[in-house]
Formats: sequence, structure tokens, C-alpha cells
Amino acid sequence: MESALFWEWVIKSVVILLIMLTGFAYVTFYERKALARIQVRIGPNRAGPGGWLQPVADGVKLIFKEELIPAEAEKVTFVLAPIITAVPALIITAVVPWGETVSIFGRQVSLALANINVGVLYIMAVASIAVYGIVLAGWSSNNKYAMMGGLRASAQMISYELALGLAFAIPVLLSGSMNLLEIVQAQKGFWYILLQPVGFVIFIIASLAEVNRSPFDMPEAEQELTAGYHTEYSGMKFALFYMGEYIKMIAVSSFAASFFFGGYSGPGVDRWPWLGPLYLLLKIAAMLFWMIWMRATLPRFRYDRLMAFGWKVLFPVAFADVLLTAVVLVLMPQAAGAALFLPLLVVNAVVFVLALALLSMGLGGKQHVA
Amino acid sequence: MTLDVILFFILALIAVASAAGMLLSKNAVHAALFLVVNFATLAVFYLILGGPFISMAQITVYTGAIMVLFLFVIMLLGVEKLRGEDKFPWQIPTAVVLAVALLIEAGYFLFFRRVPVDMSGTASLPETFGGPQAIGSTLFTQYALPVEIAGVLLLVAMVGVIVMTKWNEE
Repeated sequence: MESALFWEWVIKSVVILLIMLTGFAYVTFYERKALARIQVRIGPNRAGPGGWLQPVADGVKLIFKEELIPAEAEKVTFVLAPIITAVPALIITAVVPWGETVSIFGRQVSLALANINVGVLYIMAVASIAVYGIVLAGWSSNNKYAMMGGLRASAQMISYELALGLAFAIPVLLSGSMNLLEIVQAQKGFWYILLQPVGFVIFIIASLAEVNRSPFDMPEAEQELTAGYHTEYSGMKFALFYMGEYIKMIAVSSFAASFFFGGYSGPGVDRWPWLGPLYLLLKIAAMLFWMIWMRATLPRFRYDRLMAFGWKVLFPVAFADVLLTAVVLVLMPQAAGAALFLPLLVVNAVVFVLALALLSMGLGGKQHVA
Repeated sequence: MTLDVILFFILALIAVASAAGMLLSKNAVHAALFLVVNFATLAVFYLILGGPFISMAQITVYTGAIMVLFLFVIMLLGVEKLRGEDKFPWQIPTAVVLAVALLIEAGYFLFFRRVPVDMSGTASLPETFGGPQAIGSTLFTQYALPVEIAGVLLLVAMVGVIVMTKWNEE
């Protein structure tokens, strides 16, 4: 391998990691500000002009906090768990394309870091590893609340991973590729949200559950489990869990943007390739706002309802959607983009009715209280 | 080439050490974690051999799904600590005999029945080798029947589990 290419990859990886880490710090600020506005408050406004240095102050505070390890905890797993949570969150965005080729100092540089043909599978693989961090944190703390949080987290993440995988299959089917760059390029001019609104809804619900965001933040439901799996964590170890959660939010938003909103593409991106990253960032910010909005609006699910919803509603609906979409694609092998709009609209309507029927059957009747 | 060899030996060491750790650890959760490391190392081996699809499938299915379920069950039942007494006293001698037999077999093939490996074909692998499209079309044309049979088998297992859980409610 050419050494310049190697250094190009190293530099690109470092830049993406730095974007993710700064992004994490400012997403926490964004969330606190947005939540405050929704609740008619002002939010953090003391550190720096308009509160913009608040993330720095938080970081400094967390670094200097005392690190506690419970006497009866499993030391090695206790320390490993936050690392296992944070690392997959950091590496999962490697496959998201930030744009096409740009020239920096006369050198042609592709803005897609890992342009691999199994991109979607890579996301699934890394996301499935992230479960370990939470489960191990719960178990190694040797605390009943933490243990319950860890068990809930693993059950929830495994259950919603199925619907999430099927939701990933929809853009893969429509574009005929598992490469995220090709999925984005296939959406030029016609975003998949227009073809598959129901698929998008399945995707965002499942991904909210996958990153344990409200209303699916069962593993850390404070009135039942104090703080769930991270009850015993403090200082930087807690900060790593916090970081994992927010970076996963950014990652999920970038996937939603790439799979359903045309990723980096937008008006004028062919002439000025540097607009690509800007468009992607705007789309990510919009998705993040939606997540914060959900947190401010919806109360938490009850745990048995959460599982019933995942298995009895979301999974069959996702399955029917993938199946019917595949049938349409087999029947119309030449069609792409706008030509698929009407047939897929029918599919989406059928699936939507199915979803309503399952909702009233699966969640409306008598519940077994666990 | 030398980089590949160095990488191979590092990974082999990790794989063997994690396998040994799984066998020797007294805590079921630790044993499961060693197995996870072992599976992940295997996935990297597939990646080195030029099979990105199977590598990612290995991580998603074994590391991500099956082992999480294992851990879940171990934690739910609270059986982390293995009990001291040996329930199967014949297990260790049998394992030793089988391991020696396997080593003798492998040694025999390695040193006496040496087949010259043709390395000339490896440099000219097609671009799509081991990719999702190549594997998909092979699975659903050449191996369509085995795939369908495996699918039915899994469905039967799933239906069986549901029937067994519903049995007790009546």
C-alpha cells in the first residue's frame, strides 16, 4: 500500500473522531438548550457567552470527579464496560459517506472514509457489539438495580435489532447495494423517505430503542431502577457511557440521513463538493432535534408494553414492508426513483393499515403484567 | 506478505489464548466473554482471507446475537459461579484422548501427506469475491435447496419453542 494513502486514511479517521467528540459535547448542550426552550426555560447560560462553554465546564468537572469502584464489583469487567460502550459508538460512523471526491492541496480525496461493499452489515455488526457494554456494566456493578437495567437493555436491544435490521433492508433493496455511498447516490433527486415513509418510521422507532433514548430509555428508568446500568459509575467512566449514548444519537441520525434523506446530496453539491458535509450536518442536526423533541414530548413506555410493541407490532410490520417492497421490485425490475412511487405508495398504505390493526390487537387487549 | 504472517500469528495467539481462557475460567460470564473474543478473532481471520461478508455475518450472528443471549441466560438464572464438584468425571480423560488423536492426525497431514498448495490463484481473485452479491447469488442458485431446508428447520425450531411455552399455560 502506498504510504500517502495510509496517511490519508489516518488523517480522515482522526478528523471524523474529532468531529464525533466535539459533536458529542455540543449535542449535550443542544439537548439542554432545546429541552429548556420546550419547557419555557432558558437553559445553561452561565459558562461563556450564552452558555457556549458549558460542555467544557462539564468535561472538566467529570475529569476531576472521584472515581468509585464498589468493593464487591468485578473490577476488570467494571472498567471494561464503559470502554466497550464507547468504542463501537465511535467506529460505527466509519461507513457514512460525507461527500464525493474533493481536492485538497491538489490531491483527490474521497470524503467516504470506508467505502466498503458490506457497509450496512458493518453497521449491524458494530451495533450488536454495543449491547455488551451495557449488559456487562449492569452485571459487574453487583447491584440489583444495575443488574435489572442491564438485563432490560439486552432484552430490548436484541428485540429491536430485528426490526432495525429489516428497516436497513429497505434502502438496500431499493438501491441494490449494501454500500452506503451507492445507497446515497441512488437517491439523487428522489429520496427514499418519499418511497418508503413507513419504512422510515420503522427505522426511527427501532433506532430510538437501539440507542436507549426516551421514550425507550427503560434501562435507566429512574423511578424504577435509580439509574439502571450506570448506577454505580462516576467520573470519567460515567462520562464514557454518556458519550456513548450521544455519539450513538449522532450515528443513528447520520444513518437516517444517508438511508432516507439522500445523505450528503443536495442542490449544487455536484459543482461544489464541499457542500456535501454541510448538507449532511444539517440533516443530522434536524434528526437530533427530532430525537430531543420526542424526549420532551413522550412519557416512557411500560416495560411489558415495550416488548409487546417490539415483537407483536414493529417486527411483523417491518417484515411485511420488506416482503411487499421486494415483490414490487421483482415485478418492476427496470423501475427506479419516481417510477416506483405509486406502487410503493400502495405497499405503504397496506402496511400502515396492518400496523394499525396490529396495534389495536397487540396492545389494546388484556395485558399480562410481568 | 510478511505483514500478513505477523498479523496471523498475533491473531492465532489471541484465538488460542481466549479459547483456553474460556475452558479454564471458573466464572460462566468470563467464559462467555472469552468465547466472544474468540469469535471476534475468527471474524478478523475471515477479513484477512478476503471474505468481508462472512466476517460481518460472523460478528452479527455469533458475537452479537447468540453470545448476548448466552450472557442473558447466565445472568437471568444467576449461575455465574461454577460449582466445585465435577459432575462428569470421565470428561477430562476423554477430552485429553480426543485432543491427542486430533493432534496426531493434524501432524500426520502436515508432515507426511504434504500437498503442495497452489498459491498462484490467490493473486487474481475477482473484485467481488466474497461480497454480498456474489454470496447471495451463489446461495440462491447453486445452493438453493440447502438454504431452503435450513430455513424450514429454523422455522420448525421456532414454532416448537412457541408450542412448548404455550403448553404450560393450559
